[in-house]
Amino acid sequence: MSEAGSPRGERAATAAGRLVVAPGDPSEEREDSALDSQQRDRATATAARPARSPELSGQRAPHALAAMTKIETKLFFREPLLPALVLALPVLLVIGFGLIPGFGDPSSDLSGQSGTEYIASIGVAIVLAVLGLSILPTTLGTYRERGVLRRLRATPVTPRILLGAQLLLVGGATVVATVLLVAVGSLGFGVAVPRNLAGFVLAVVLGAASLLSLGLLVAAVAPSAKAANAIGMTLFFPSMFLAGVYIPRETFSPFLRHVSDGTPLGAALAAVRDTWQGSWPHPTQVATMVGWALVAAVVAARTFRWE
Amino acid sequence: MAARPIRSAGPATTLDGMAVIEVHELHKRYGETIALDGVSFDVQAGEVFGLLGPNGAGKTTAVEIMEGLRTPDSGTVRVLGLDPERSGSQLRERVGVQLQQAQLQEKIRVGEALELYAGFYRDPRPVDELLDEWGLAAKRNTAFKKLSGGQQQRVFLALALLGRPELVFFDEITTGLDPAARRQTWDLVRRVRDSGVTVVLVSHLMDEVEELCDRVAILDRGRLVALDTPTGLITSSGSEQRMRFRPVGVIPAGLIEDVPGVTAVTRSGSQVIVTGSGEFATGVTAALGRAQVLVADLRLEQRTLDDAFVALTGRPFDDAGDTTHDEKELEAAR
Repeated sequence: MSEAGSPRGERAATAAGRLVVAPGDPSEEREDSALDSQQRDRATATAARPARSPELSGQRAPHALAAMTKIETKLFFREPLLPALVLALPVLLVIGFGLIPGFGDPSSDLSGQSGTEYIASIGVAIVLAVLGLSILPTTLGTYRERGVLRRLRATPVTPRILLGAQLLLVGGATVVATVLLVAVGSLGFGVAVPRNLAGFVLAVVLGAASLLSLGLLVAAVAPSAKAANAIGMTLFFPSMFLAGVYIPRETFSPFLRHVSDGTPLGAALAAVRDTWQGSWPHPTQVATMVGWALVAAVVAARTFRWE
Repeated sequence: MAARPIRSAGPATTLDGMAVIEVHELHKRYGETIALDGVSFDVQAGEVFGLLGPNGAGKTTAVEIMEGLRTPDSGTVRVLGLDPERSGSQLRERVGVQLQQAQLQEKIRVGEALELYAGFYRDPRPVDELLDEWGLAAKRNTAFKKLSGGQQQRVFLALALLGRPELVFFDEITTGLDPAARRQTWDLVRRVRDSGVTVVLVSHLMDEVEELCDRVAILDRGRLVALDTPTGLITSSGSEQRMRFRPVGVIPAGLIEDVPGVTAVTRSGSQVIVTGSGEFATGVTAALGRAQVLVADLRLEQRTLDDAFVALTGRPFDDAGDTTHDEKELEAAR
């Protein structure tokens, strides 16, 4: 940089000066000048370095993202309702239904799937819906409304790291909750580990991608935190119904089943159930989830505002 | 720079006289609303520069342009020699910001917030040092939302200073604070300045600007209507002052009227009101003393920036901006 000479060093040194010093207190002043020369050394060192380039903040971005994700995870656990909804509720459903005698037997009403395996599958769907349609948009809406994102814009890093941290957090929560469901089901209630494990992972990943993109879209278009919550809830309940969470899709009319196949949560739950039983996700399920994920993500990226 | 001849000793003095910010002919409109209409000014190194104006005058827009958060329709801006629009992240490394209407996550703890933000800067100040400095050490593990308004303000000041900035923007730092907390915050701003950091202070509070700033730019409806020291603004906008007192005893006829500088003497009940300019007040008290007239309830009415604002814009400051209404409308227009 052109100004890397000595004036720059002087400026940085004074800027870094300590603030504690009460003017006119000699003992403090001595301490300050010692410190000051130290800081001047450092400042000159940095001035000599031709950096202060934009890439520097870019280099710090991964660390900033990691630190931000850690904080957001802590904050997630400081809201007792969130871990309860995402991690505890689905598992408790499996335990509750699993304790019913005979519920673990294959059922013709569920296309041959056992009741407990079905409950574990809808557990995954609940996790995806709660994270994507409720927690993600409400959190981001609140952060925008409170100016948390705006405050980040005034630092060398971009507010995208907070967005990234939230996505990592909800993505991580999806993985943990899914593993818990599979583990509790198989260890406690004789539910098989998904028979097509690769297909199952694909179904969960695509399901998460579509629901989380939808959550970003809600956060992008909602003018306030309240609106984000309201829009999220408006999507949440029909999604849950149409996906066959409240009542199995086997009871749906053919028309309703088509509608269900077109919704991201419906495609995700169907794919999770199919892969749990051993088959691969159906191409239409994959197409539905990928389509929703892409469209929602692109529109969200175009409309999202930091403030 | 003439604005503050007495400065704390130290290398900070070498900064004087350099333009840290150069703003030239800024224009910005949001739809029909004109936020900035040809604003130009320079901010010198080491000074506290005030941007004063009623709500909706364009102060925040000007600051956001200087921070690189907003693009002007036309005009040029240089901050620390850089173009904020193109060198935003580079600039934000060297500029501390305290934003209006920007909060932290509710449940983040003070220590966590500072540690997190410290990671954003190349050479951050040690968090413990900042916590001590701003009296926040005891609040290290307290959630942000549990802090008082004054404490939250100190967190924001600490965050603004984390990256060892050469320049800081403080936007309405005392909004929502009680009088005691406001006075404390003013002391904090002086401490920041005494450490050699250039301060741009945005405010709609006359007394705050008068108290803290070396120079003040007054914005009104997107235009710069004046730029001077607070004292300069006050004196240039008119020179008359008023003194009031209650005489104990009888004032000989013509005694006060004959004092040099006195332009009018009126009575209001038991009160005498004398209008004049220059050193008339000293003359009046001396004359009263010689005539052995005692006075009670003596008050000299100082002209303030409020008076200056009226003189400059032709309307009282309080009427100029309709509370926060205008900003909201502006926000909507964006």
